[in-house]
Amino acid sequence: MTTRYTKDHEYIRVEGDAGTIGISDYAQSQLGDVVFVELPSVGKSLAKGDEAAVVESVKAASEVYAPVSGEVLEVNSGLEENPGTVNEDPAGRGWFLKIRLTNPGELDGLLTEEQYQEFVKSIS
Amino acid sequence: MAEPARADEPLLKTPLHAEHVALGARMVPFAGYDMPVQYPTGILTEHTWTREHAGLFDVSHMGQAALVGPDHETTARALEALVPADIVNLKPGQQRYSQLLSEEGGILDDLMVTRPADPAADGRLLLVVNASMKGADYAHMEARLPANVKLVRFEDRALLAIQGPKAAEVMARLAPDTADMTFMAVRPTKLAGLDVHLSRSGYTGEDGYEISVADKDAVALWRALLADPEVKPIGLGARDSLRLEAGLCLYGHDIDTNTSPIEAGLTWSIQKRRREEGGFPGAARIQREIKEGPARVRVGLKPEGRAPAREGTLITTPDGREVGIVTSGGFGPTVNGPVAMGYVSRDVSAVGTDLHLMVRGKPLPAKVAAMPFTPHRYKR
Repeated sequence: MTTRYTKDHEYIRVEGDAGTIGISDYAQSQLGDVVFVELPSVGKSLAKGDEAAVVESVKAASEVYAPVSGEVLEVNSGLEENPGTVNEDPAGRGWFLKIRLTNPGELDGLLTEEQYQEFVKSIS
Repeated sequence: MAEPARADEPLLKTPLHAEHVALGARMVPFAGYDMPVQYPTGILTEHTWTREHAGLFDVSHMGQAALVGPDHETTARALEALVPADIVNLKPGQQRYSQLLSEEGGILDDLMVTRPADPAADGRLLLVVNASMKGADYAHMEARLPANVKLVRFEDRALLAIQGPKAAEVMARLAPDTADMTFMAVRPTKLAGLDVHLSRSGYTGEDGYEISVADKDAVALWRALLADPEVKPIGLGARDSLRLEAGLCLYGHDIDTNTSPIEAGLTWSIQKRRREEGGFPGAARIQREIKEGPARVRVGLKPEGRAPAREGTLITTPDGREVGIVTSGGFGPTVNGPVAMGYVSRDVSAVGTDLHLMVRGKPLPAKVAAMPFTPHRYKR
């Protein structure tokens, strides 16, 4: 299991050919209280960089982009009732969607945990 | 995810800036000032605290000024040439909401007008205008005032607002004489030993007070109010969600030079004498709109489901006819759901009308809703 990040603050946790996508702890802290998450439909094909979801805080809507290409396997329907889970546990219960990776080689272009933490330090 | 925009121009600071930073506020550029958008507990908590206890807001960025003339009648008439409210009949110690109007009857800014309680201040009217508009407002007024009425800018005064059901108790602990004030009453008093000018008003829909205080005393007053366990500091984020639930207009969003007070649903702020007599900019349009009804009106909108509809969202009928646009929208923490307001054609403005809000290209069902979304709790 390995976790990679984008500079747009999405993470993808990869197990085999499946990846779980969410937003980083830094991202949720910057957004503030999350009040709504719009998730894609299961079965949808996403190309790397496509809009995968929308996360709305009290103040504003932000797009969540697919870190790599894949097909949507599952979405976190629990966020419908409890969007605040994204704030409480972004890396755990606050995940957004799971995809089947169609081009695992794209992972090489993403940041490692260490690189991402360095990146966050550089911008905050 | 997109990064929030950062402004590069130097920002002004209110006298309470260091207090906000020390409290861990997230500061953002707003109307040329570096202002707290939220404190560490976040907007939802701050919003709810204000509805249940008392929230303290720094609104020192707003413009405070006075019109000074030889007597009330003269000063009031000078202002009545620019706004549609009845200012002449304002009683000493009374405040009124109004709008600076363009010749076309559009709203240049909205403002609070106060006739001081002190007889020695006869001939003065105190004004509070929006931060983003103060320069334009002052220039507009100065160009139109008669020679015997002057505009005086107060550059050395802060403005605090305490809002919520516990605000009156908190204030009474500092100055018992504040308890008997009613909504839109004003008076000078002392709070925690400091000279202040109080009004029982605010912009959250809650009971509360706005407190004008000298810059040099602002920190002492802020700390004295925060010392009460009922009081927490509240940022601009919750101020916006509170005023949206209260159905109150935000200048530059829900009202601007393209909207008349009638379209905006502010007819109540134009007293009978002025409606009949006119004599303010755009009077012909405004009198016509009162008589015949405006073509479009500001309405409340309640989206079905949980997705908020933001400012700029297109409003259509269920069969796809474009009928308006959302001017403010978001999540209402007290309502516990999305709320919005916007302008629609009058034929689809009745409460309960089914409409669609085009959110990210998809029609989201919504109904025209009565405002306020959260009942006002002013002390009448």
